[in-house]
Amino acid sequence: MATAVQTVERENYLNANYGIKSWLLTTDHKRIAMLYLISITAMFWIGGFFAMMIRLELLTPAGDLVSSDTYNKLFTMHGIVMVFFFLIPSVPAVLGNFLIPLMVGAKDLAFPRVNLLSWYLYMAGGITALTAMVMGGVDTGWTFYTPFSTTYSNTHVIGAAVGIFIAGFSSILTGLNFIITIHRMRAPGMTWRRLPLFCWSNYAAALIMVLGTPVIAITLLLVAFERAFHIGVFNPQLGGDPLLFQHLFWFYSHPAVYIMILPGMGVISEIVTCFSRKRVFGYEFVALASIAIAVLGFLVWAHHMFVAGISVYAALVFSLLSYLVAIPSAVKVFNWTATMYKGSIRYNTPMLYAFGFIGLFTVGGLTGVFLASLGIDVHVTDTYFVVAHFHYVMVGGMVMAYMAGLHFWWPKMSGRMYPEGWAKLSALLVFVGFNTTFFPQFILGYMGSPRRYHAYPPEFQVLNVLSTAGSSILAVGYVLPMIYFLWSLRYGEPAPPNPWNAVGLEWMTSSPPPTHNFDETPVVTWEAYDYENQPQEEVTIGH
Amino acid sequence: MWKNFPLFPERASALAWQVDGLYFLLVAVSAFFTLLIFALIFFFAVKYRRSVHPHPVQIEGSLPLELAWTLIPLGISMVFFAWGSLIYFQEARPPKDAMEVYAVAKQWMWKFEYEGGQRDINQLHLPVGRDVKMIMSSQDVIHSFYVPAFRIKADVLPGRFTTTWFRPTKAGTYHLFCAEYCGTDHSGMIGQVIVMEPAAYQAWMSGGSSTGTLAANGQQLFQELGCSTCHRFDTQGRGPNLTGVFGRPVLLEDGRTVVADENYLRESILSPGAKIVSGFKPIMPTFQGQVSEENLMALVAYVKSLAQPQGKAAGGNEAAAQGTSNTQ
Repeated sequence: MATAVQTVERENYLNANYGIKSWLLTTDHKRIAMLYLISITAMFWIGGFFAMMIRLELLTPAGDLVSSDTYNKLFTMHGIVMVFFFLIPSVPAVLGNFLIPLMVGAKDLAFPRVNLLSWYLYMAGGITALTAMVMGGVDTGWTFYTPFSTTYSNTHVIGAAVGIFIAGFSSILTGLNFIITIHRMRAPGMTWRRLPLFCWSNYAAALIMVLGTPVIAITLLLVAFERAFHIGVFNPQLGGDPLLFQHLFWFYSHPAVYIMILPGMGVISEIVTCFSRKRVFGYEFVALASIAIAVLGFLVWAHHMFVAGISVYAALVFSLLSYLVAIPSAVKVFNWTATMYKGSIRYNTPMLYAFGFIGLFTVGGLTGVFLASLGIDVHVTDTYFVVAHFHYVMVGGMVMAYMAGLHFWWPKMSGRMYPEGWAKLSALLVFVGFNTTFFPQFILGYMGSPRRYHAYPPEFQVLNVLSTAGSSILAVGYVLPMIYFLWSLRYGEPAPPNPWNAVGLEWMTSSPPPTHNFDETPVVTWEAYDYENQPQEEVTIGH
Repeated sequence: MWKNFPLFPERASALAWQVDGLYFLLVAVSAFFTLLIFALIFFFAVKYRRSVHPHPVQIEGSLPLELAWTLIPLGISMVFFAWGSLIYFQEARPPKDAMEVYAVAKQWMWKFEYEGGQRDINQLHLPVGRDVKMIMSSQDVIHSFYVPAFRIKADVLPGRFTTTWFRPTKAGTYHLFCAEYCGTDHSGMIGQVIVMEPAAYQAWMSGGSSTGTLAANGQQLFQELGCSTCHRFDTQGRGPNLTGVFGRPVLLEDGRTVVADENYLRESILSPGAKIVSGFKPIMPTFQGQVSEENLMALVAYVKSLAQPQGKAAGGNEAAAQGTSNTQ
């Protein structure tokens, strides 16, 4: 305990200076990560509130809790908030911001002030979008399909589009910062082959952010222009083409799925190795799979359009490529599983969340294969099958990974341990609640229940009730960590520098780290995940 | 029990079994891999837990294993790819002799018009055992024609025709859903597909009040809008003779050749300057905004009927049209 107390009293990035100004004008990547943590958590609860309203409405077949216009706004705002303001920034902007400089042995990201600017852009975008929602909302679906969004919707489409447009620049700048930091600021000896897989996967995601985000930005700008000035780009009555919008939208928004999942995969690679005390199985394959996903991810967008009226030959090509992009994901799952083989496994909360990730991501990935199959997709696209599939990937996958990472690095970020018992309970509740919520939706989808329906035929009710019941368990699973993380800030046990006895440079500095990260620039002489040479001491803290 | 808790929608089309067959196989293979991963994780987590296995054995990786779990899933997925594509290709190619139903989607209703001129709103009456081709267009936003019992879905777009086809195999009433979000009453844009035995279907068809076949209505419009003054049934007209044009390749002024399908006819009416037939001048005025979706469909049905000398749809009026061309 003596060392732990000393750790807390030592100067660190949290107590280096005080006052609101020292936070709002900080250029410390760790403080910016905390700013992001607070803001995306707020967004998560706003998006979660919309989700709960949707689930409550769907408890009965009739549209009786809210009006159909309100319902349409609820699922639209749930999608916009969760995709653009929670999932896309989640792991990169919070954990990536905090950890990438620490993991490569740098003092900060390459452009600390640009990093702060990216948080302000995120906030400006977020506030713009939320203002549009408070003023009456938007009802186009997060997909903004034309010509509905450009001509027929009577809601605040432009406000929401401008919010996403602004937040897009935050994403681009964060991506640039990551790419340049990983290229230029690695500590001596930190070669590409020794780079933690978390950095590899964030690097891959950063490539997509930089290359893909401009496309969604210009697309939404065109939507706003067509709406405001009636220039004919997407509306056929003005000489436009509604499918052009879908091509442009998915050209970003499909790769964006990989922006969301790749960083999560990186988290899982760190955790599975640590709690198995093993080198990752097939390091090169896991690292290159990230790059393969990022590259192939750009070539599959039209699989969202198999029934939209595209040519059969185009559909054929996009179907084939969609199968190919599934392969590197499968490779990762097999490698994580193999990493556990002959390991020495501990069941701490991050590992439990990681188990959940691997299982749910497997289901999400395999049901993606159903959707890549042209004959099946015609039947199940635009039904609850799709809703279930992408929630398995985005919530079962990404949010699980985010929670795993938050627990794993919480001692490093806050300098405190979270209560392990409560945390294990939350992991269990999230897993059970998630499956109860979303598994029935696969069946609903194959039964033919279309998505975005405010009212539905009575034969779909049983499965909907099950889904709503599950969502309330899931909600408890998410509220718990919120409470005990806050509790731990004051009452948690002080965290030692390396509570998990993990390898990785971020564990070689104090918890929380000093503002300059390392007292001396580390020199790396060992391979990645070198658990062989890490002493086997049992850690007593945090059980 | 499963009657009250079904896992699949009814199978009421020739294709439904094919789609379900592929689905079952996918479920089986996915269940196998999911259980494999779950079982391995569980087994490793128990067998190699810290308390009984304190010393991990470091393994770099294994190229043969990496190749195996790259190539085996790749091979399996290629089977799914091929099978899924075969189904899709069947869905994309309607049989030549399919009966045609025209559909106009708008916020928030479905309007159907049969070859005989009968009309339906939010109900689609079909006979068992006939191939049915849907020719669809939207008056406003994108909608999607979805009949789960047929395992068929096709988006309905403004500004163009999209098509799909199916063969109902079982009499009954099935859900018709709009599957593409289209605004306020999206979930109210539903209807019924009523599949009837042929005899009952005939009775229903003759019972409806019809103002002449769709093609005949089209022919009347063809006269009223003045199309017939230029598109004459000889070689003297200022516009091309439309007899036999449908379904054939057309040589354009710029040297391209296009097949005269429904979308070509539509475009030629609404944006006549887009594709000028070789040997003609771009003198035709646009009919954008003057012809409703329904009338457009009637005109297309009429021009299509000119391609079929047996008078598939236009019936008696066909003879009149022939007569007109003979006298000139």
